[in-house]
Amino acid sequence: MAGRQRIVIAKPGLDGHDRGAKVVARALRDAGHEVIYTGLRRTPEQIIMTAMDEDASFLGLSSLSGAHGHLFPKICKLLTEQGMGDVIVFAGGIIPEGDREALYDAGIRAIFGPGTSTEEILSFIDEAVQKPSGVSVESGWKWQGL
Amino acid sequence: MNPVGNGRGCEGLNRRLLAKTLSEIENRQLIPKRHEGLIIAFTGSPGVGKSCLIDRLIYEWSTTKTIAVLAVDPTSPLSGGALLGDRIRMTVLDEPELGKQVYFRSVATRESSGSVPSIVGDLASHLFSEGFDMVLVETVGAGQSEMRCAALANKIIVVEGPSRGDIIQAEKAGLLELADLVVVNKSDLPGASKVAHEIQSSLNLTDTAPNIVLASAQTGEGIEELAEKILLTKSSVKTNRARIRERILMWHENKLLHRENFDYVIKQISSGELSFEEGLVILSD
Repeated sequence: MAGRQRIVIAKPGLDGHDRGAKVVARALRDAGHEVIYTGLRRTPEQIIMTAMDEDASFLGLSSLSGAHGHLFPKICKLLTEQGMGDVIVFAGGIIPEGDREALYDAGIRAIFGPGTSTEEILSFIDEAVQKPSGVSVESGWKWQGL
Repeated sequence: MNPVGNGRGCEGLNRRLLAKTLSEIENRQLIPKRHEGLIIAFTGSPGVGKSCLIDRLIYEWSTTKTIAVLAVDPTSPLSGGALLGDRIRMTVLDEPELGKQVYFRSVATRESSGSVPSIVGDLASHLFSEGFDMVLVETVGAGQSEMRCAALANKIIVVEGPSRGDIIQAEKAGLLELADLVVVNKSDLPGASKVAHEIQSSLNLTDTAPNIVLASAQTGEGIEELAEKILLTKSSVKTNRARIRERILMWHENKLLHRENFDYVIKQISSGELSFEEGLVILSD
């Protein structure tokens, strides 16, 4: 399994639902990772600052409000601009099938919808650390599911 | 805006590089050169408002000083993972100008016991070498006898709050005696001044009694005075022995934790292949 990672779990935008984000945070903790949760309603700039200061190797973005198409690519772009292209970004929440390609294109490596098992998320972490999977790496790799 | 302090401030600081270097120190891939500076530890039980108080105090201090915060949360003894949640309370980080004067880092206790892992001393050393004026350490929400922060901090601020039990709690010995200053937070709630009074009267019998300040991180009442008093407080000479004691204990613990066979011996004892006493013998050669 992947060694201990520092993972920021973030809630961008005005969405106030964080049950899912907290469940994921706890599952990652229980798998031996160090998880920093940002709290609700963070701007992309605040999330970047957190990921930078905390030296995160992974950034998990959760949104259930429909703003993912705007916010997630913006966060990916900011990461690259700030020299953090090696951070691995994954997403969760309510993200319709039709929106996913654009998010993968932005550098997001996995998208987890409702009902995803925590095992699947942990398997993704284990695999992603072995792959060229940083947000600005043009490898085309993405998580294919269990 | 030009920060005062030592003149270097956070301007031009490569935060990304700083964060990476701190990780290397945390992972013990790098041992920083010793740099002294002002380390203030905030300790007290969970929920008394340590994070919120630190947040408020940074508003007072960061106009003239560059500040780093090392916020410690516990590592799970079972999984080795940790949920680091102190950052949520830090509203000052969201301020466009002030936020840049502050570096905030969450630290897990990892294998250390106690409320402050020894690595915090090394992290602080590096932060001082990068030009920070002061390092605030938020300990794990700790109980009455948790004094490990004394090993690292120049000043110990014990945070208390109302509704924390009856007067006997304050009469008990321990952490309160090591405090350089006691803050009774949540002074906007009923009972706060009573608690302050009780702590005052219990500490008065000792001759090293620290100052007691009432404040409210919620309303901001008393914060300005608190910020000033903390900087003026001198750490008491009488607690020096206790500090040295904690430093020796920490050093000893570190030596044990970094023995190659430490985890192996634990495994052997828990699976019954070694008795506890046999394990101790192996670990003490």
